[in-house]
Amino acid sequence: MKTPVIKAENVDLVFQTGDGSVQALSDVSLDVGRGEFVSFIGPSGCGKTTFLRCVAALEHPTGGSLSVNGMSPDNARKERSYGYVFQAAGLYPWRTIARNIRLPLEIMGYPKAEQAARVQKVLELVDLAGFGNKFPWQLSGGMQQRASIARALAFDADILLMDEPFGALDEIVRDHLNEQLLALWARTGKTCLFVTHSIPEAVYLSTKIVVMSPRPGRIADVIDSPLPKERPLDIRDTPEFLEIAHRVREGLRAGHAYD
Amino acid sequence: MRSVLPILTVVLAILALWYGAAVALNARWTLDQAARAGQELTLGQIVSDTLQQERPKLPAPHQVGAELWKTTGAMALEGRAFSKRSLIYHGWVTLSATLLGFAIGAGAGILLAVGIVHNRAMDRSVMPWAIASQTIPILAIAPMIIVVLNSIGITGLVPKAIISAYLSFFPVAVGMVKGLRSPDAMDLDLMKTWGARAGQVFWKLRWPSSMPYLFTSLKVAMAASLVGAIVGELPTGAIRGLGARLLAGSYYGQTVQIWSALFGAAILAALLVGLVGLAQRITLKRMGMAR
Repeated sequence: MKTPVIKAENVDLVFQTGDGSVQALSDVSLDVGRGEFVSFIGPSGCGKTTFLRCVAALEHPTGGSLSVNGMSPDNARKERSYGYVFQAAGLYPWRTIARNIRLPLEIMGYPKAEQAARVQKVLELVDLAGFGNKFPWQLSGGMQQRASIARALAFDADILLMDEPFGALDEIVRDHLNEQLLALWARTGKTCLFVTHSIPEAVYLSTKIVVMSPRPGRIADVIDSPLPKERPLDIRDTPEFLEIAHRVREGLRAGHAYD
Repeated sequence: MRSVLPILTVVLAILALWYGAAVALNARWTLDQAARAGQELTLGQIVSDTLQQERPKLPAPHQVGAELWKTTGAMALEGRAFSKRSLIYHGWVTLSATLLGFAIGAGAGILLAVGIVHNRAMDRSVMPWAIASQTIPILAIAPMIIVVLNSIGITGLVPKAIISAYLSFFPVAVGMVKGLRSPDAMDLDLMKTWGARAGQVFWKLRWPSSMPYLFTSLKVAMAASLVGAIVGELPTGAIRGLGARLLAGSYYGQTVQIWSALFGAAILAALLVGLVGLAQRITLKRMGMAR
């Protein structure tokens, strides 16, 4: 087997808070191979976002080992291994869409001409060509989120970390963006880690679904999806799809304490 | 222009109140004079006299207006705009101190805010002192600043500007601390994922985010600067500036002069704050933040 892009072994994370310590992650082990699309699903407090932040070196595990592209998460960040997409688009209101996408390139010190070329390329990738000179408030929520994905793609990171990127959007826009995201993933071959609350979204997008449960945050189930890579939206009505969705739901129910 | 009518109504109401108060307050003097001369006055004569006394308790609006025009526009037409009797000259003296003080104060306020946001020790220690500095009455501290600076040979513009700066740094510091801290945790995390250095976070995120806060606090600071400059002119022996005009007016009971200087100061303040507002509009528009 190829070496995994992300390798987590018995990762623990304990937060020290004012009233004692909180175990956010407990004994999380997971391998993610190149080009996989992995969704993390689970109730609030199950550590799915925390795990993503550990991969991004925004949090640091207190136990176990975690490697990204064969490096420590900190070094992986320095090597520009990943782009991060948050739930809110986080576009600067004083920059146009193109200049927002250019921002990480400016920070990383790309030459001017290359910046412009890259911005143009990713704008086309997310279907926003022609919107470069608009300001964020002139775009819909879904378009803003696409711009923020373009920004994460602009510097050629081969891992895309997404923390509920479509969580604030309505169902129809969400379906549309899910479809586009799959197409984008197929075209670019990036490794995607995707946090979500939605079972259909997780099943529709993923090659692997990680079901997590809270207190302490741990992995309850890992499901390898048998669905084909080519996925029209109506695949969601097929028995295979429903069967996976059922298994995810069972995993969520087993891990949930209902207290 | 729907706002013209309400504004006009309010202005007319104020003028009516003002005229009424002028008649009521000045009538005593008119009646005393008449009694001394053994004259009987009709109501019409009383009212007309109260509105054109030389040293009224409360000058009527048209008297203040006439004095304002006489000491500005009329003198400018005669080519004596910068004569020592001209309000333009005194206004300019105050304005120069205000602008210098505003520049020092705004600069100091921004630097303090940058320090407070980036340095934990400053965050904990500076703000209480800044607040304490504003609880001291400026009238108490202004003469001391003038005297101390005078003793080391600094006179004229600079001491007044320092009093202006003393008043104007505070709103800027408070506003900019808030503004520089306005980016949320997600904005800062995003910067972190790109490996941004502290300088890049400041210039590309914190500074632009703080612009709306900056301009709002600059407006307050501009008004405070003008007050500081005027207060700074009071203890200098009242030679030049709007503060000097106010003080001289009150020495000699020249109420019309006091009120015209007051209005001169108010007009100046309105112009200055309006200029900051204009700069705000232009800047935010260029940044694409005005809708």
